[in-house]
Amino acid sequence: MKCLRWLAVFSLIAPAVWAEDPQDDWQLSEVCPPGFVLEGESCKFSSLYSEYPSLQDAGMGGLKVGLPEPRDGFKPAEIDLGRLLFFDPVLSGDGSVSCASCHQPDKGFTDGRALSRGIHGQIAERSAPSLWNVGFLDTLFWDGRAKSLEEQMLGPLYAEHEMGNTPEQLMASLSANPTYVKLFKQAFPERGLTLDTVYIALAAFESSLISLNSRYDLYAHGFHDVLNQNEIEGMNIFRSFVARCGECHTPPLFTNRELAVLGTPEPTGRPLDIGAEGPTGDRSLRGGFKVPTLRNIELTAPYMHSGRFKTLRETVEFYTKGRGHAVPEGEHLSIHWHIWEPKLTDAELDRLVDFLLTLTDQSFMPVIPERVPSGLSVVDALNHSEITTTPVAMGDTP
Amino acid sequence: MKKITLLLSLLLCLPAMAKDIIVKDGDSIQAAVNEAVSGDVILIHPGTYRESVYVDKDNITLRGVVVEGEWPVMEGDHKLNDAILYSGNNFTVEWLKIVHYKGNAIMGQSGNNYVIRNNWVVDTGVYGIFPQYGKNGLIEYNVLSGIEDAAIYVGMCDNVDVKHNEVFDSVAGIEIENTRHALVENNYAHNNTAGILVFITPGLPIKTAYDIIVRDNFVVNNNTPNFGAPGSIVSKVPVGVGIVVMAADDVKIEGNIITGNQTAGIVITDLAFVTDVASDKESEPNPDNIKVLDNLMFNNGFDPVAEVKAAMLTKFKTTGPDILANIGSAQEPDNCILNAERYTSFGIGKWSKCELTTTADVTTYLLPADAAPREIETDADRVARLYKGICAGCHAYNLRMIGPPAMAIQAQYYDNPQGIADYLANPVKKRPDFPPMPSQGHLSEELRLKVAEYMLCLSPKNLEAVAANQGQVAKCEKMSK
Repeated sequence: MKCLRWLAVFSLIAPAVWAEDPQDDWQLSEVCPPGFVLEGESCKFSSLYSEYPSLQDAGMGGLKVGLPEPRDGFKPAEIDLGRLLFFDPVLSGDGSVSCASCHQPDKGFTDGRALSRGIHGQIAERSAPSLWNVGFLDTLFWDGRAKSLEEQMLGPLYAEHEMGNTPEQLMASLSANPTYVKLFKQAFPERGLTLDTVYIALAAFESSLISLNSRYDLYAHGFHDVLNQNEIEGMNIFRSFVARCGECHTPPLFTNRELAVLGTPEPTGRPLDIGAEGPTGDRSLRGGFKVPTLRNIELTAPYMHSGRFKTLRETVEFYTKGRGHAVPEGEHLSIHWHIWEPKLTDAELDRLVDFLLTLTDQSFMPVIPERVPSGLSVVDALNHSEITTTPVAMGDTP
Repeated sequence: MKKITLLLSLLLCLPAMAKDIIVKDGDSIQAAVNEAVSGDVILIHPGTYRESVYVDKDNITLRGVVVEGEWPVMEGDHKLNDAILYSGNNFTVEWLKIVHYKGNAIMGQSGNNYVIRNNWVVDTGVYGIFPQYGKNGLIEYNVLSGIEDAAIYVGMCDNVDVKHNEVFDSVAGIEIENTRHALVENNYAHNNTAGILVFITPGLPIKTAYDIIVRDNFVVNNNTPNFGAPGSIVSKVPVGVGIVVMAADDVKIEGNIITGNQTAGIVITDLAFVTDVASDKESEPNPDNIKVLDNLMFNNGFDPVAEVKAAMLTKFKTTGPDILANIGSAQEPDNCILNAERYTSFGIGKWSKCELTTTADVTTYLLPADAAPREIETDADRVARLYKGICAGCHAYNLRMIGPPAMAIQAQYYDNPQGIADYLANPVKKRPDFPPMPSQGHLSEELRLKVAEYMLCLSPKNLEAVAANQGQVAKCEKMSK
């Protein structure tokens, strides 16, 4: 009897969509990725946080607080096409790197390096930021110079020392690929393959990377037993006005989406990175950087804009070593008022790390495609830095 | 065993009866909070309590019991960070003496409908009372001193009344920052560096401050040298100012007694007032529509700081003014005053005469009804959202996603929710073509069972599949109601 019921049920089940069968012809997903529900034709973000209010709709503040407006409303096919593009080295000038080379899924969508590597082993200026929950951000790049994902991605795609492509070459290589032409037609029936639809698909995929189901989140929703005593102690240090972590790394996103001047040290030998002073020309933002999310922070070492700190422990310790202690001599930075001398004890620093580890959640990890339409190797692109360059020890100068 | 479970779940369905929880010297307040449920009142008897207490539940009251002048004292020994942290809605804290913490006496994050009253706070570090991201709060009859930033700091809140408090020997007495709809009334702010601050601080995620009334306060002799932490915003406030309005809009100042403040009585200024702070394009820097109605002011500015002295010298005076409109937009005619001739002043030549004569029609900025409770309050909601937020990420109803479809699981476990509950705690890889499931063992057994039952009831179609099990059908029907 049970067996019969089993058979009956499986015959109703739609064919595999997210996990792929290499024998199948290319086909884009018809279901929304986890964390989204299909409404009409498009995917709407859905979370335990969705119905909490937030003061002035700012999308931040504390435990049971709503999120900022998500980027959602993409169709399943658009998101799935974005996934293929994200992992496809055809997006780079020489076919050696994909978006995923610097934003590797298993490293919290970073690359484990202080400074990222582009094509021909060239070294970027800053560390690759995590992409988890990036769809909620309105300030992108460490120096905050982009306001949307579509604007942001033009940077790495076309920077000579990152993916080293050009819009013309990108269009040429995708247009020459009948599979992509077909898939773009499928995802964007009216527009088909254009530069804009490439950007939209990538933005759709990036916005689908949701990490809001950590043990911390369960605590926030009222399941208080999920955190142990050390972790709760760490949470209380985190949100206290002594450590003040939560004042800028404000839940639920663990960023207030602002810029902040911290005065963190650069790796040995590197000059001061002027950060947001660059794009704004504003002297008061010298050394200012986007406040990064702390979601999945366990997975994204090394830390800070140039990867100066190898461990979370070193990173939290920075904040108790004195206001401006690492500012180079002769420099003046308008350091954020929350950087002060909290005099945290060693035990408190340990507890902070305990708490940070509760923010890990990869349950909505997308499926890494086994193959991509270009036929290039997804895996080689993921291992790009290992196979094309000799690893350089942290703190070394280019 | 099943009977006990049933009994338990029946008990859980009943509305919990609010109760008093007694805490005595030697007990832990936190232990009482952990035990408390919505509606409970924790009565803290005289004694010394060395702990940091956090309240992440709704409808909890911490009430000190004062006996013949003996207070319950929370003692931080200059080592503990905060005395009380709350995030729950409808939180009340009263009749506590709080001393020697490093951060705050009472700090709120996103708790709405808070009441903080009758507390006695001495030297609790950066702030005394600090609600943040809260809507609808009352702060009254508190006495605070010895605070190195603001004794009462309302930061990024809406709808708050701050009334009948005494704040002294602090850098700032009361600070209303990036907050809307605030009434600061009948407070006694004396012997601070500055008495009452109404600020927009740049670089915060909520950018505005407006609709604020500062009324009937005593703002007297605020001449304490600034001992704010280096780099802090208040460390940049000059000594001897009664009231400062920086960049905030629609602020009305009425009926205050402002005397004996050595630099100036009232300062209206744009963001240039604080220097060496990273700029924020989204913070509007100008103080607009400031209304200074009738106030009693004298003997202000008798020993002004150098910058004010220099400004006054241009008017051939060596003393500071009752009212100072500090350069730029602060001097524009969208700001107004009544009976300007009564006061010594600087920079208000272009101000208009206020048409408004009184703010008496505003008696409170508290909401007529409490701010709405959060949606996820009932047990059934919690289970549904837990399922949708976490389980549904991998299990669609009849589609293959990361995990097998709920339909397939229903077929296998149709009469066995406990089987699912047990599996959740300790998942083993069962299906070769699916990745292993992460354990949900951190959820209580009761909750795992409820989620399992929810999964089995997911679709009305499923009722047929579980028809063999009458108990389960009844449960599903109940759930769908």
